[in-house]
Amino acid sequence: MDERMGAFRRRGVLAGMAGGAVVLAAPSILRAAPSGKPVKVGATLSLTGFLAQTAVVHKIASEMMVEEINGRNGLLGRPIEYVLLDDQSKPEAARSLYEKLITVDKVDLIQGPYATAPILAAMGVAQRYGKVMIQSSMGIPKLQTYDRAFPATPFGPEPNVTYPNVILDALATFPTPPKTMVVLTSKFPSAQFMAQGMKEQAEKRGVKVLLYLEYESGNRDFGAIAARVKEANPDFLWVGSLGLESNLLLESLRKLDYTPKNHFHLYPAPGPLALSPDGDRALCSTFVEPDEPFLSRPGFKHLADEFKVRAAKANLPYTSIDAQGCGMISEWQILEAGVNGAGSLDDEKIAAWLKKNRVTTVYGSMRFDGPFNHGDAAQLIKQVQNKDWKVVWPKEFAAPGVKLIAS
Amino acid sequence: MPSVTLLGQALISGVLAGGLYGLLAMGLSLSWGLLRLVNLSHFALAFLAAYIVYELGTNYHVEPWWSAAMVVPAMFAIGAGQHWLFDRFKVNELGSLLMTFSFAVILEVAIQLYWTADFRRYETEYATRSLKVGPFYIPVLDLTLCIVAGALAWGTWLWLRQTYVGKALRAAAEDPEIAAAYGVNHKKLAYLLSGIGAAYAGVAGTFIALIATLAPAQIWTYLGVVFAVVIIGRLGNPLGALLAGMLIGASESLAQAVLSPAWSPIVSFSVLIVILLWDPEWL
Repeated sequence: MDERMGAFRRRGVLAGMAGGAVVLAAPSILRAAPSGKPVKVGATLSLTGFLAQTAVVHKIASEMMVEEINGRNGLLGRPIEYVLLDDQSKPEAARSLYEKLITVDKVDLIQGPYATAPILAAMGVAQRYGKVMIQSSMGIPKLQTYDRAFPATPFGPEPNVTYPNVILDALATFPTPPKTMVVLTSKFPSAQFMAQGMKEQAEKRGVKVLLYLEYESGNRDFGAIAARVKEANPDFLWVGSLGLESNLLLESLRKLDYTPKNHFHLYPAPGPLALSPDGDRALCSTFVEPDEPFLSRPGFKHLADEFKVRAAKANLPYTSIDAQGCGMISEWQILEAGVNGAGSLDDEKIAAWLKKNRVTTVYGSMRFDGPFNHGDAAQLIKQVQNKDWKVVWPKEFAAPGVKLIAS
Repeated sequence: MPSVTLLGQALISGVLAGGLYGLLAMGLSLSWGLLRLVNLSHFALAFLAAYIVYELGTNYHVEPWWSAAMVVPAMFAIGAGQHWLFDRFKVNELGSLLMTFSFAVILEVAIQLYWTADFRRYETEYATRSLKVGPFYIPVLDLTLCIVAGALAWGTWLWLRQTYVGKALRAAAEDPEIAAAYGVNHKKLAYLLSGIGAAYAGVAGTFIALIATLAPAQIWTYLGVVFAVVIIGRLGNPLGALLAGMLIGASESLAQAVLSPAWSPIVSFSVLIVILLWDPEWL
């Protein structure tokens, strides 16, 4: 029985990968244009409010993917109609809007919103109506308890354990591996979750955590925090930052004439940190970058180029595709594969298909049969080198000639 | 136990950060105290100024000080224009709260439409310069901000107390009818004061562009703490606003140095409650 199931699963995996690769690689001219009644796909994004910086990236990626999929064969041969609403970065608004999308707008399918709190709010509504919900940014996988909710980003079921170890493995290759560290984090839930994991894993591996500090998300002044970091003078500084918090912290440190020896930043605004005079050799989390070997993945180069054009047109200061944009692309790739694979818009059938098959995404091949519907963790580390982000760890994902540089 | 160096550095950082709170609070305090208008759009005007300084600096390579020379008069005009609306629609204190909130939201959307919601950071050579005094570092930009804020606060305080216009404004705020009987044209003076308040937002915006993060939603970041500063510093008192800003800034910073940094946001309101309960004579 196990063997038969194994064979069945292998076939499913191969079918999913082959299907995904063909869909991504084939030129759109060879495919039939979708026709008939549109398939309505509803979602909210934080188009305004404190999360709006990321939503603008998600919106561009989403609109690009809707055009991409419609340029192929749509969903089941029908064009997609994307119904996007603004949840204003508020979970309570997300909850009401998903209710509206399902009951008033009568969407056929939904996509998840951005960030853990709005996702949790929307997930409750999705569960009530049995809708499949694919999301790309819930950094705390254990909270994804709804069996038809699927992650589009390969965090793995326990990123608070796996990712700190990826970082510690990378640091262990330094000529002088860090013996002490400071963990500094925003109280933004997913950042705080990862910070606690970093502290625990570092201590388990014998790295002394000199300071563990939490600050409120949106902290205005890093002067005193910088003074504490300087006084602790750790071998390694881990920052659970969002947006421009890393830039502000590094500037505050420089005002004190202090440069951290080695420093890692969790979710910074990638452009400003890479271009900052203080950003050189900064380490950061990622899953994919517009560089080799990732550009060799089917269709990724085209998507990265297209994103760049659209981001420039939208007047974004940093136009390279990043993990946020890739997360949204992956959401649509999974939805497309799920619907076309199941041959149905029925949520139960789509969920069942996703649990049994792998999907080829910008992140590589993803599976959804593990705890909380997560598959393998695929976190990578990138580093600012010459004002540009380069994947440096694990080594097999580094572009030719690129190496992790210790400070 | 934190070292003396850490405490001293935290105190310096806090006082200097409080200079921005004070600078933002000054215009708000003047319009609330002397015109009885609570101008929530003050924060949006400051950020609009910051975005313009960013735009001029990043895309046209205009030095921030030259940008300020253009932005501040423009903000004065916007402030005076805004007062025309208050006057035209006979807006009262509560009405001003609603009207300026709407104005702030419109400005936020306009900023987002033009500059997008993405983060903006104006990188300048000034951002990380510091003076070293003993074991302490004093950021030059933050120090400049405090000197400018101090000069404006002191100058405005003197202007309100020593000049006819200042005295007339204070008299009109106390009792508009009696002041009018003495020939005070409160309406005209109100335009001037509204313009000055908005111009101060322009000055604050110039420094925000240089030291802080720009994103449309950041408009609301300073709202709570600056309101606490305005109330602690007493309405219509620019010197009080600056000193209260520095008090709050120092308290927040010391909390970050001694306790957990996560405690700092509650410090401003804790200080406000303590001072309201205490109600010291000297304040």
